[in-house]
Amino acid sequence: MAMARLKISDVLHVTELAKLSLDKKEGNYLTKQFNETLKEVDKLNNVKTINVLETSQVTNLKNVFREDLIDRKRMLSQKESLSGSKKIHNGYFVVKAILNEK
Amino acid sequence: MKNYTPIIGLEIHVELRTHSKMFCGCPGDHFGKAPNTQTCPVCLGLPGALPVPNKKAVEWALMLGLALNCKVNKESKFDRKHYFYPDLPKGYQISQYEEPLASHGWLKFSNSPPRRQAGNLQFPNNKVGITRVHLEEDTGKLQHITLDGEKVSLVDFNRSGVPLVEIVSDPGIRSAGQAKEYAQKIQQIVRYLEISDSDMEKGSMRLEANISLQNQKAKGKNQKLPDYKVEVKNINSFRFLEKAINYEIERQAKLLSQGKKISQETRGWSEKDQKTVSQRSKETAADYRYFPEPDIPPMEFSESFIKDLKKRLPDLPDKLVKEFIEKYSVREEYAKILASDKNTAKLGQKVLEIAVKEGVKTDDVAGIIINQKVNLVKANIAKIVSDIKKTQSGKISDSGTLEKMVEDAIKLNPKAVEDYKKGKTQSISVLIGAAMRLSSDKADAKSVKEILEKRLQ
Amino acid sequence: MKSDLTLKEVIDLLKKREISSVELVEKYLRAIRKLNKKLNAYLTVNDKAVNLAKSVKLPPNEKKPLLGIPIAIKDIFLTKDLRTTASSKLLDNYIPQYSATVVERLERAGAIILGKTNLDAWCHGSSTETSDYGPTKNPWNINHLPGGSSGGSAAAVAADLAPCAMGTETAGSVRGPAAWCGIVGLKPTYGRVSRYGVIAMGSSLDTPGPLTKTVEDSAILLNVLAGKDPYDATTSNIAVYDYTKNLNKGIKGLKIGFAEDYLLPRMESNVKDIVKRAAKVFTNLGAKVDYVKTLDPRLAISVYTVVQRSEVSSNLSRYDGVRYGGGREYFAQEAKRRIMLGTFTLSKGYQDKYYKKAQKVRTLFINDFEKIFKNYDLLIGPTMPGPAPKLGITKGQAMFGEMADVLTEPTSISGLPGISVPCGFVDGLPIGLDIFGPQFSEMKVLQAASAYEIATDWHKQKPVTLP
Repeated sequence: MAMARLKISDVLHVTELAKLSLDKKEGNYLTKQFNETLKEVDKLNNVKTINVLETSQVTNLKNVFREDLIDRKRMLSQKESLSGSKKIHNGYFVVKAILNEK
Repeated sequence: MKNYTPIIGLEIHVELRTHSKMFCGCPGDHFGKAPNTQTCPVCLGLPGALPVPNKKAVEWALMLGLALNCKVNKESKFDRKHYFYPDLPKGYQISQYEEPLASHGWLKFSNSPPRRQAGNLQFPNNKVGITRVHLEEDTGKLQHITLDGEKVSLVDFNRSGVPLVEIVSDPGIRSAGQAKEYAQKIQQIVRYLEISDSDMEKGSMRLEANISLQNQKAKGKNQKLPDYKVEVKNINSFRFLEKAINYEIERQAKLLSQGKKISQETRGWSEKDQKTVSQRSKETAADYRYFPEPDIPPMEFSESFIKDLKKRLPDLPDKLVKEFIEKYSVREEYAKILASDKNTAKLGQKVLEIAVKEGVKTDDVAGIIINQKVNLVKANIAKIVSDIKKTQSGKISDSGTLEKMVEDAIKLNPKAVEDYKKGKTQSISVLIGAAMRLSSDKADAKSVKEILEKRLQ
Repeated sequence: MKSDLTLKEVIDLLKKREISSVELVEKYLRAIRKLNKKLNAYLTVNDKAVNLAKSVKLPPNEKKPLLGIPIAIKDIFLTKDLRTTASSKLLDNYIPQYSATVVERLERAGAIILGKTNLDAWCHGSSTETSDYGPTKNPWNINHLPGGSSGGSAAAVAADLAPCAMGTETAGSVRGPAAWCGIVGLKPTYGRVSRYGVIAMGSSLDTPGPLTKTVEDSAILLNVLAGKDPYDATTSNIAVYDYTKNLNKGIKGLKIGFAEDYLLPRMESNVKDIVKRAAKVFTNLGAKVDYVKTLDPRLAISVYTVVQRSEVSSNLSRYDGVRYGGGREYFAQEAKRRIMLGTFTLSKGYQDKYYKKAQKVRTLFINDFEKIFKNYDLLIGPTMPGPAPKLGITKGQAMFGEMADVLTEPTSISGLPGISVPCGFVDGLPIGLDIFGPQFSEMKVLQAASAYEIATDWHKQKPVTLP
């Protein structure tokens, strides 16, 4: 099976998706390492997995729910909720204006 | 317009009125609360927090699926949907992708488009398919203001984590009218189930429409759906929904007839400008990197569990309409209005039961309730029928007396008779009025009209 | 050395009232003041510890088995009002608004948090070198790595800067540093101990586990830690046993498989010999020990790398600087590497080939172990491919961590429990033996580990007192 070999542009697309920023030097360096890692990870393609199901959970648990009750024990006061940030105003978190719609 | 068939799909989000949020025990009722006062590590997306799903939210979403004639998927799970936005605290939304709770449902409506328009191939023109019903969590709320001269957004996470049911229709809606009826029906069913206020002004019901046009000339050949769709958001009422869809259809038809291509984009309805406005158009579709939520074990629903849920469903609007028509002999138009609200419907049935017992014509009673806007919740149910009986008891209904009054009315209004015979059919109202006056309003107006029409042939 | 007390010994001293909680806490604080600059095991010392000790009026008892006992906590567990950084500058000044369930359970049992220990930033590594606050040094040789990601906790226990410590394992992060620091590291079954309040790395893999001086100590802690948590939907309903019950039972008749594929081709022969000698001990104690074939553990590297990095890329999405911490520019290189690879393996067009494929091969490992454990009670093998390498070796490596943890990755991706116990030395550096079993077999794992420990002296050896 063909090995993936990414160009720096592919890697930059990924960093955009992940909202990370790299300078040019870092970009080149990490692209090289990215491809090294892919070399190891591409070994997966040599393994036969016909009729094998994916494991996304090792617990074998099913239907784990909570009752529809209010849990005041865990609720944070407004002060606690905001305590992690200095950029707050009248009880709100403040961020730079959003230009892009979701 | 006659060359193009509108291909419309609706996405409706309904906020469930559970006591607590979808994945934590914070209160679900967030409307009007001081900002960031109803959060916890889970819905605030603090490091280390974990989601645990709300059982009632799952049950209610399943019930909605069943009420929409969906098949419940025996195996279902949550997935993570990734994108960055300040009101999305974890950087992903817990939603459902590959295995939603319910799918393959349908909704019937009366507003059928003209036959010549290419309909949804799977269903006859008066039915639209419901692709899926799934559960997800709501985001926080953003507010845009200027603070110290800088444009900023204020974020409140009280709404973050509230349960949302998403209902996605097949692209089988063919007109703005159908879309409106579909949306209204969904709202009605949701309210019958009492799982949400589904109030569009409060935001507990949100509409999004996907609109594209299919070239009629492609009919007969491979009938594929158009290769684009325009998503319209920011629709806050049924009226805006109709306007927005009609505007979009026209806009797209114009562009297509000019040979232009329509860009796949998101547009918002601007009530101020009475048109849809382009929001940031995305060149590439978003890559949400959906994968199964590792923090929540999958769900499995047994036959008996689904059966129990079905039993818990209340009688739905369509059934009540049918009952009004078949059991109580109420005309369809009245039946629909009575059934529009579950409480009204139940009380209406009580009134009609009494009417039947007292020998009063049920259709009349229904008509009076509707036309006189009787508030059934506040009214004295027993009194309604007895009052109607009183006013009806003086009514003259024997044909002999009525025919005499009709003759008198005709003699007194020769011009009206002449006009009627010339083709001005509305002149009959003059004659009906005259007959009614002669009877001191005791004549049965319907019968009078029938006699007049016969006499003046 | 009398000053190097096990958890059990400390409990007994408190019970006999031969020592007070305040004296204990002060003893470790003194040791930390003396050695932490050199070892860099702790990032934060709890300035409330002495006062908490002062308020302790009773000895450890059934209700509060750890009353007055100081413990070190890996800085990946949220501790309310006590700075928690994940060893990343992004959370340099983060003061959590709540505590992890593990921390609450320990505190409810009466334990006192001494401080937060160093780790690979965000648990990304097997060396503690990716910490934004400098690496931790191995107490056996300060020019060598302590292992990771729970390197700070391991070094603290090995150098007696705490009687015991908490770590977390995603693959090798408890057992690895335990092996390289010559102590005991227990990774319970996934779902045995709550992850609520643990800064998430690999959600389907993360397992909190204790680092201790003896097997008995880890059993004592497991009794406090284990159990269903309504705040963590992946915790198990299976009953919590008294994990100290069978520690003296011995292992006569137990069927133990020696995972011969874990003796990697590149492994030094002296390491192989050490592990084989350890296996002989089990035979001498009456167990039936056979060489057993397993799936090649090296295949687990790609499974683990893909699944873990995918989940990492997702779990680190919440760090946007809005509600806490700094912006995403604070992520250092290793975090960036992992987020990028993980984003790629989940992305459109690649998810089937990488993420979904890895989850399928994961099933193969689970099935392989299930098959083996039909005929064997436990498996044993080396914990790490060799002793602790020199500091600085991880520089420029694209995937040091995942390569180094090759021997613990198969059990980690399968959610199985395992314990690393010291079993020898190479050039003065410790070697660990990994004993692992099927899901929820902690009783048997501890039973076997204890039997081995009782029959050997490795755990009694301590690093030379540092100047």
